Amino acid sequence: MRVSGHRLSIAALVGLAIIFVNVAAAVLAPWIAPYSPTSTVGSVWLPPGEEGFLLGTDQNGRDMLTRMLYGARTSIGIALTATILSFLLGSVLGFLAATVGGWLDQLLSRIVDTLMAIPVLILALLVLTALGSSIPVLIGVIAVLDSTRVFRLSRAVGMDIAVMEYVEAARLRGEGLWWIIRREILPNALPPLIAEFGLRFCFAFLLISSLSFLGLGVQPPFADWGGMVRDNAQALEFGLSAPLIPAAGIAVLTIGVNLVVDWMLGLQGRTMEDSR
Amino acid sequence: MSAATPSKSGPLLTMRGLHIEATGFDGHPIIIVDGIDLDLERGQVLGLIGESGAGKSTIALAAMGYTRGGARITGGDIVFDGRNVLEMPYHQRRKLRGDRISYVAQSAAASFNPAKTLMHQIIEAPVLHGVMSAEEASQRAVDLFHRLKVPDPDTFGRRYPHQVSGGQLQRAMTAMAMVCEPDVLILDEPTTALDVTTQIEVLAAVRDVMREFGTAGLYITHDLAVVAQISDRIMVLRDGRTVEVGETQQILEAPRETYTRDLVAARRFHVKAGEGGSETPQALLEARGIDAGYGSVKVLKGVDVAVHPRETVAVVGESGSGKSTLARVVTGLLPPTRGQVLFQGEALPPALGQRSREQLRRIQMIYQMPDVALNPRHRVYDTLARPLQFYHGLRGKELREEVNRLLDDIELGGDYAQRFPGELSGGQKQRVCIARALAARPDVVICDEPTSALDQLVAESILELLQRLQDERGLAYLFITHDLGLVKAIADRVVVMKSGEVVQQGPKAEVFSPPAHPYTELLLASVPEMRVDWLDDVLETRAGQELAER
Repeated sequence: MRVSGHRLSIAALVGLAIIFVNVAAAVLAPWIAPYSPTSTVGSVWLPPGEEGFLLGTDQNGRDMLTRMLYGARTSIGIALTATILSFLLGSVLGFLAATVGGWLDQLLSRIVDTLMAIPVLILALLVLTALGSSIPVLIGVIAVLDSTRVFRLSRAVGMDIAVMEYVEAARLRGEGLWWIIRREILPNALPPLIAEFGLRFCFAFLLISSLSFLGLGVQPPFADWGGMVRDNAQALEFGLSAPLIPAAGIAVLTIGVNLVVDWMLGLQGRTMEDSR
Repeated sequence: MSAATPSKSGPLLTMRGLHIEATGFDGHPIIIVDGIDLDLERGQVLGLIGESGAGKSTIALAAMGYTRGGARITGGDIVFDGRNVLEMPYHQRRKLRGDRISYVAQSAAASFNPAKTLMHQIIEAPVLHGVMSAEEASQRAVDLFHRLKVPDPDTFGRRYPHQVSGGQLQRAMTAMAMVCEPDVLILDEPTTALDVTTQIEVLAAVRDVMREFGTAGLYITHDLAVVAQISDRIMVLRDGRTVEVGETQQILEAPRETYTRDLVAARRFHVKAGEGGSETPQALLEARGIDAGYGSVKVLKGVDVAVHPRETVAVVGESGSGKSTLARVVTGLLPPTRGQVLFQGEALPPALGQRSREQLRRIQMIYQMPDVALNPRHRVYDTLARPLQFYHGLRGKELREEVNRLLDDIELGGDYAQRFPGELSGGQKQRVCIARALAARPDVVICDEPTSALDQLVAESILELLQRLQDERGLAYLFITHDLGLVKAIADRVVVMKSGEVVQQGPKAEVFSPPAHPYTELLLASVPEMRVDWLDDVLETRAGQELAER
């Protein structure tokens, strides 16, 4: 299999398959889930396969498979939205800082430095405690925190491109800042940004899971993987596998995205050598 | 060393039917060197000449049994001093390199470690190879510094690479290569990155040292006039094959092959017919009393330059003379601290952002490196269409037709519209850059060394294109260059700059006819001429002048 003329590695293929399955689960949850995600359908903590529950049941006797499908919907949905927002915010500001430079660059960079100096999880906990946890606030907090990393990368990549003579040629033509960012810089900055998108998605996804695990993320009765690990954690004491299922979901998706990102980064290395 | 030398007779280095291949990105083999025979006698210098991609460096590196990453020797023999290099085990080959064959790279700046002193790096190889002790090697290095005529030879080695000039660094690199007293010195375009005036000194120093030690050499260059000064024989290469081999004199005076003849002819430019440039009183573009700099560093001091309609004004000078800064001031990229830029008698706003679209349109620019002057993600069509939309509001069918007309004008044709810059050669890229400037329908085009990154014959065709466009469209050029041969060919008027000041300016004939300003004279005398004894003549004249000055 090939993507834009480059052969996919086996690892990348596995990664893509994992992403595909997860996204399909998230999108199709209401149609393929066998039960309702909020209603009790069996006894508590049934092991996988028993009484026709493919993945068993959770601490309230709800179907685990259904919860996993709906959980994918929440976790992936929030992570994706937050990552897209963080890229819009981070890359526009990053390119702006790189092209305009001067005091604007100083101002933005120092703000970002300050934000990055505070541990992400602690800052997120503070904000969520103050504002109360709802899905829009959660998305907003993660987007802003993640955008600092995107800003750094965009600014660095943008600075390399902004000194190219084709950018100078556009400035000499009299092109506006927005046009230069959109048409001259963005297309050339895209490959590293796309790879970064995968990584940032993983971080956002893990952050939501951590926050939910700590009780400040997605609130019940909504299903989400991090929350499911916490809710079922006690089952471990009885030698039951319930919390391992959402935990495995988190791990597998993160690994899958990383496999694809690795392949893309390797590709960039090669094309960079080529263009030399 | 001499213990390893089995014979003092016979050729030092021979190559027979050398083939070198590389694997391309798509997996197909690319032939880099295609059956080369080469003979190098002891103490002789063989010049390898050809355009980029001719295989010059690859052949020279193969003499050490070395190929660059991805390339491999697929056939032929390389015999060095009676022994087949390709059959040697790795450790013997390693001993050969640096010890008996050594290499001087084009860019000395990129070859030195900035964190260590020059001496440390020069003596590293012989000490590492166990050929001599550190003291012995240092002594030799100092001796070489004397012979290579670097300033303060006794303490020169204590300096760091950034503390010496480009010419001195190139000489340090030569010292590094010579410290083991190798039998063969491979010089890979050692003077290409240097200014003309520095080039002479380095060339003379290297030649003298090689003669004193009886070192044989492979001298790689694309400049026939340079190689003529140092080589006994010349080998002309093209696409990995030998075009012609012969004595230097014969190659220069009676080349047998058409390609060699073209190379020799390209250096002898067709001088522009008629002293063009109508001297109308009104200058098209004028810079008056310009002072400019970066931060506290003053680069330009009181520069006055004027360009009249339909004329070519050449700005010449060595690197660091402020030529390119002048272009930045004129285009508005760098607002001057004093003075002003006038267009048809009216002052232009100093900064780019304050100039109107119409003011910007009339002054266009062509860059030195077409590789970075074109956005790699824009098709040729987009690159050319944008200025047409931006300045003239063209769209739809009209726009497509105009892009095609531009492509015809630069002799590429409409088929190129859908290509990306990566699918074009250097010369083609530069043509697209020219078309992008033309699309604005400018009055003045600023050309910043537009041919210096191109091969000789390609550069020639770009110059012809520029000249034709000037005739057809009545363009004026502000032509920035360090190449005086080029200035002689294309300029109507000449501005000579040195350390940010104009030392002389006027019509070409006036500037170049004696008595010229001493600095102009120096620049003129430094342009290599296509004859064997040019370097000796220059050195003799200079020695004479120095004596007279005392």
